[in-house]
Amino acid sequence: MSFRRTRAVFVKELHHITRDSRSLALALAMPVMMLLLYGYALSLDVDHIPALVYDQDNTSASRDLIRQFEGSRFFTIRGFPAGYRQIEHDINFSTILIGIVIPRGFGDDLQSGRGGEVQLLVDGSDSNTSAIAIGYAESIVQGYSARARVRNVTPAAPPPVDARMRVWYNSSLESKNYVVPGLIAVILMILAGQLTSLTIAREWEMGTMEQLLSTPLRPAEMLLGKMAAYFVVGLVDSAIALIIGLVVFTVPFRGSFLVLVASTCLFLFGVLCWGIFISAGSRTQVEAYQMGMLSTFLPGFLMSGFVFAIDTMPKLIQVISVVVPARYFVAILKSVFLKGVGMSAIWDQMVFLAIFGGLVFWLAARKLRNQKVA
Amino acid sequence: MNGLALQARDLVKSFGDFVAVDHVTLEVARGEIFGFLGPNGAGKSTTIRMLCGLLTPTSGLALINGIDVAKDPEEVRRNLGYMSQKFSLYDDLTVEQNIDFFAGMYGVPRDRRNQRKEYALEMARLGERRAALTGSLSGGWKQRLALGCAILHDPPILFLDEPTSGVDPIVRGVFWDLIRGLSATGHTIFVSTHYMDEAEYCHRLALMHRGKVIALGTPSELRHKQSAHSLLRLDSSEPLETMRALEQVSGVVDVAVFGGGLHVTVDDPDATAERIRQKLTAAAIDIHRLEKILPSLEDVFVSMIEGEERRAA
Repeated sequence: MSFRRTRAVFVKELHHITRDSRSLALALAMPVMMLLLYGYALSLDVDHIPALVYDQDNTSASRDLIRQFEGSRFFTIRGFPAGYRQIEHDINFSTILIGIVIPRGFGDDLQSGRGGEVQLLVDGSDSNTSAIAIGYAESIVQGYSARARVRNVTPAAPPPVDARMRVWYNSSLESKNYVVPGLIAVILMILAGQLTSLTIAREWEMGTMEQLLSTPLRPAEMLLGKMAAYFVVGLVDSAIALIIGLVVFTVPFRGSFLVLVASTCLFLFGVLCWGIFISAGSRTQVEAYQMGMLSTFLPGFLMSGFVFAIDTMPKLIQVISVVVPARYFVAILKSVFLKGVGMSAIWDQMVFLAIFGGLVFWLAARKLRNQKVA
Repeated sequence: MNGLALQARDLVKSFGDFVAVDHVTLEVARGEIFGFLGPNGAGKSTTIRMLCGLLTPTSGLALINGIDVAKDPEEVRRNLGYMSQKFSLYDDLTVEQNIDFFAGMYGVPRDRRNQRKEYALEMARLGERRAALTGSLSGGWKQRLALGCAILHDPPILFLDEPTSGVDPIVRGVFWDLIRGLSATGHTIFVSTHYMDEAEYCHRLALMHRGKVIALGTPSELRHKQSAHSLLRLDSSEPLETMRALEQVSGVVDVAVFGGGLHVTVDDPDATAERIRQKLTAAAIDIHRLEKILPSLEDVFVSMIEGEERRAA
């Protein structure tokens, strides 16, 4: 292992990077564009659900319930039709998501202590959002009818059990707070993989690899030198992503900066080595680019747990996700940003990142060692 | 240490069924300019790549300075400079950045680095263009820079794979001056080319054809080797009719147009020359010149390769 040769490769790669200003600008603009795009587009918050209310009862009780819906930030009442036809039409044309039908006798039922029932007509074509909407509507109706029953039947009795939830770490339950840290991890995975995925294939395509192979340069030196150069770019990208997360999306940062830096370095190392591994297996840049995209984009988005919980996936996918480094980095970033926990709570994820980095470094070095002019 | 810079013993490289290099055995002495000739696809580049350790031979042995290429490739690479057929420096780096990079690759000691760099720049006459992007240089300059980069670590043996292909004749001349200069300072040079005139500059030559070395020796040895036949130079007033007439003369093996005249390969030069003279006189063709000449290397190689082809057919 020669430090001088490693450094010569490092310097050479920096020359390449700075010479190709367009690619560099793209590499630096990518995290900004992707974070803004996905950060805003990937809002999982369900509120202001468009709704129609068909009030068949038309009593003070039913009007009171309607006011509960109007007062909630989860619903926006778009009108009060006098029949089902309008509700059906609007659901078909996707102008509303839910129709609330208050049946005749709702007020009487409440009055007599039987508890009121309400019909909900929901557009199930977006099952996720409609389930959330049903949940919100049910809780409003149940809360209202429970209060009404207590008020009407046994004024002196203590209220029924009232569970109060307190959400930790993301108390406002805003999705951006957990989407953005995860997104940073996924974006860095895609970017870092891209940065290095061309670097060996380019040497082959330009014919410069043959010259390199005729020198005493060792595979590990080539790997480390190239990695180090793109590591610099990766760190700048990380800083950009972090700043956008904190400033534009105002995601809270409660953890240790040191842990953040350490885990980012570990993650970048692994993914950059992965890119080189991909590159060493390709003889053209196009092939390397496609392999790089395929192996970072899809696993990054789908198997990192940044939006889609890994625990609920099929067993096979869960097993595959073990080798997706973004999975560990997503967990670390969410913890560091939102929970403010120290090293002690995330050391296992760090160990996985370190294992991944070491393994891929070894694989990439081995792949480079076997490179011969064909 | 023996006096050999390079030894190849029964080197074989096959790609599937195709045998690109077929039992090549060579020895090159220190300080020699060893020319490696042959048509395209003869296996020259493949052989050079095996000697440099860029390709693993299917079988056989290659020693550089007595070191087995297969056993200690790194030590071997420290001892050699390689210039590939295709330009293989970085176009997006400046002249100086390329030199610095390869100085780092070859581990040129710090105290000698500047001196070697200036030497390479001066040799390539690129001193004034040191800050120019390599991609902006023309072919000849690039080749000289590539040579400069290949000798930064002052390697005892230098492999040049068709260094002058695609370079104009003047630059080729300059290039061969550089090669001779390096040889004079004790460097061994293994150079492949398909320019026959360049073969004359080499101390020794190997002719490769279809993966095999079919001739080996100094240029003058090779010229005299074609002992079975002799070559006559024949200039006449009617070259085309002369050719037709020669077909009927016994002892004539082959006739080829060469410049304004003919090269006639014959069995028994004196007797055949006499028969040719009689035949042409009878046909009323004027003979301007008819004499026995020493074949050029090109004649030798062309006839050798044709002989090989005939044997294979």
